[in-house]
Amino acid sequence: MSWPRLSPSSPPARDRILGLTARATGLLGVSAVVLVGLFLLKETGSLLGRVPLEALFGSEWQPSLGRYGLAPILVGSVTVTLGSVLLATPLGVLLAVFLQFHAPPSVATVLLRGLELLAGVPSVVFGFLGLTSLAPLLGQTLLTGVLVLGLMILPTLALLAHSGLASVGSGPRLAAAALGLSVPAIAWRVIVPAARRTLTTAVLLATGRALGETMAVLMVTGNVIDWPRSLTAPVRTLTAHVALEMSYAEGDHRAALFLSGLVLFLLAGALVVLGARLGRAGATARG
Amino acid sequence: MTRLLPCLLLVALSLGCSRPDPDLRLILTGSSTVAPLATEIAHHFESENPGIRVDVQSGGSSRGVADTRRGLADIGMISRDLLPEETDLIAHVIARDGIGVIVHADNPIQRLSSTQLRAIYTRAVTDWAELGGAPGRITVVNKAAGRATLAVFLEHLQLRPDEVSADVVIGENEHGIKTVAGDPGAIGYVSIGAAEHDRGLGIPVRLVELDGVTASRTAVATGRYPMSRPLCLVTHGPPAGLARRFIDHARSESAHELAATQSFVPASS
Amino acid sequence: MDDSLRDRVATAAAWAAAVLVGLVLTWLLFDLARRGLPAWSLELVVASPRDAGRAGGIAPILVSTALILLTCLAAVVPVGLGTAVLLSEVLSEDRLITRVSRRSLDLLAGVPSIVFGLFGNAFFCVALGLGFSILSGGLTLAVMVLPLFARASEEALRSVGRRDRLAAAALGLSRTRTLWSVLLPRALPALIAALVLSLGRAAAETAALVFTSGYVARMPSSLFDSGRALSVHVLDLALNVPGGDARAAASALLLLVVLLMINSGALALGSRLQRRLVATA
Repeated sequence: MSWPRLSPSSPPARDRILGLTARATGLLGVSAVVLVGLFLLKETGSLLGRVPLEALFGSEWQPSLGRYGLAPILVGSVTVTLGSVLLATPLGVLLAVFLQFHAPPSVATVLLRGLELLAGVPSVVFGFLGLTSLAPLLGQTLLTGVLVLGLMILPTLALLAHSGLASVGSGPRLAAAALGLSVPAIAWRVIVPAARRTLTTAVLLATGRALGETMAVLMVTGNVIDWPRSLTAPVRTLTAHVALEMSYAEGDHRAALFLSGLVLFLLAGALVVLGARLGRAGATARG
Repeated sequence: MTRLLPCLLLVALSLGCSRPDPDLRLILTGSSTVAPLATEIAHHFESENPGIRVDVQSGGSSRGVADTRRGLADIGMISRDLLPEETDLIAHVIARDGIGVIVHADNPIQRLSSTQLRAIYTRAVTDWAELGGAPGRITVVNKAAGRATLAVFLEHLQLRPDEVSADVVIGENEHGIKTVAGDPGAIGYVSIGAAEHDRGLGIPVRLVELDGVTASRTAVATGRYPMSRPLCLVTHGPPAGLARRFIDHARSESAHELAATQSFVPASS
Repeated sequence: MDDSLRDRVATAAAWAAAVLVGLVLTWLLFDLARRGLPAWSLELVVASPRDAGRAGGIAPILVSTALILLTCLAAVVPVGLGTAVLLSEVLSEDRLITRVSRRSLDLLAGVPSIVFGLFGNAFFCVALGLGFSILSGGLTLAVMVLPLFARASEEALRSVGRRDRLAAAALGLSRTRTLWSVLLPRALPALIAALVLSLGRAAAETAALVFTSGYVARMPSSLFDSGRALSVHVLDLALNVPGGDARAAASALLLLVVLLMINSGALALGSRLQRRLVATA
């Protein structure tokens, strides 16, 4: 989209102040990212210099024996995250559509407040309920993790999708109604496609949240370091890995755990690149 | 006094304005197992010494060691013995923690030998029927790498960490207890005090006899029970001043009572 | 499928999703209430914890939590909003710096919270000398929720259409005036939603706080004191203290009530602010 930006060629003094303030705070925000990245690199530096990469991404993790293979854990993280996003995305979009188009106002308000509340439930509570209610039925498995994590990221997804749909504005909606389209048709053929950009952002933010989630996952996925062979097998995620062992790790073991953090950082990066691609593809398809 | 004052000022400045008079404040960091007990001891110490503040921070044994070495903490907390490479530190044992094997309360198994336990944890045995229990798959619950409990357990069974094959890997005691309570086929090992406490509250777990010795805090106290670990405060060099007073307090009779209420075995004085 | 059937299926799916989520939500709250309500008492909100949290109350923890969240807000709102304005209003879309900034924020969103905890400990507590303190904890949380808040705010500003901007430009409003009188009021509901979401995330955070604001459950006397957050307390009771479950549930339930009040407050404030901004515009 293009519109007049706030930095024309010769801005009045006040506008210049605004531009400068925005730049300064933006710089602060971006430098936070750089700082966190540098911190991770510094903590893993000693290990990356000495140990060959294929040893770090092998399949065996036995810190007391000097084996630091992260591959099954990396796959575990990706699997749990993908599963939960696949579960939460359709539900979240359906919920957003429900809130925008189908729900009576009072129901919508209650549901919105409920979702906001759900977004603020500490992950240990999800873990606790998952461990005491779900795990006795399903065991501590990939499936349990996907269900708990899917429920956890649902509010973020639904709320962001909701504001995404709301931001489309009344214009297209009225136009579509004037053409005689039914409410579901307006929702799914006009508003949802128009909000595709914000919906993608919502899914990406929720994926990031799922990838970074720690305590709840740790309490319900079993944490065994092995390839996730089936939905009923236990898995360990990178986050649970860091949380389980960091407090008890020193030297190379500690550095290898920071490497897990770095890998998560890079996974998030891959997600971002993917998001950018999707966003661009969407833009050209529409343009 | 005139020479001490600038020195103190310098110390205060170098530590940043956030740290008030170091003579009145003590910082402890380390093991999350020790932290609740240390907090209770700190409350007690503060009430006997008005004006003194003892800040207890959690975060793991290795953090306790690292912070004590770097001078970020006055006293570290660890839930294990000192390692050979940690001879620069001095450990002060304040309590012991026995490690008990637990099964679901519905499991009829009452006692296990170390040999049977080794067979279970290496998957030589995978069904309770093979051990004389009700038929059903054994869910093996193990502790995550680096934990002192794991080290003590493996050392007792003379197993290497890569010989163990688990269905569930847990972190804290309560995680293990809730896991076993939710799975009738599960077996795990946790702090005896925690298991006794939770069993008293009706949580369906049961401690089993190990090699003919009942797993109880009494058996740990008398030294008959084979698997236990110390809970220690550590200092960089011999403790002095406030740190010394706190450690003396933590090893006193009144602190022993606190150790007992926090489900640990008081250190024999 | 003919159109009316498709419409009915779509409607039914939306209702089904809402009912499903509503049921799960209700069950979750009900389960938490069943476990936690019996441990609720006046003592819980006015007393200090005793016996490792199994007895007494959580007054100091509530105060610490509020201070940590306030610190986080004070840092994240200006920086996040500034970043959002920069990305959506100041820098032009096709510049490399815009894309790099936006992507690096997204990158930050994927870092697990425990890494933020360790980072916060190394940076705020040790490097900046803030020690285990409410300030360190709040700032760490601010770094953690920054991507969520900044990106959601950016989307909020972006959602104000081209027409409004052109109208403002045609009226000869300065860009600053446009921002205050047109963009922010129009984007306010979405901005409040972003804020509420970020606050929820911050209030729910545990791992990032253990290493920064710490474990001390004493009533804090300044922002430089260590203070245990409610979520850290819940974690400790649930995983580390035998017999702590009931108190853990009671504390978690209280956290939700506090959050509900904050959310409603933010929304009420938001709609009042919007009325005022629109009136003065």
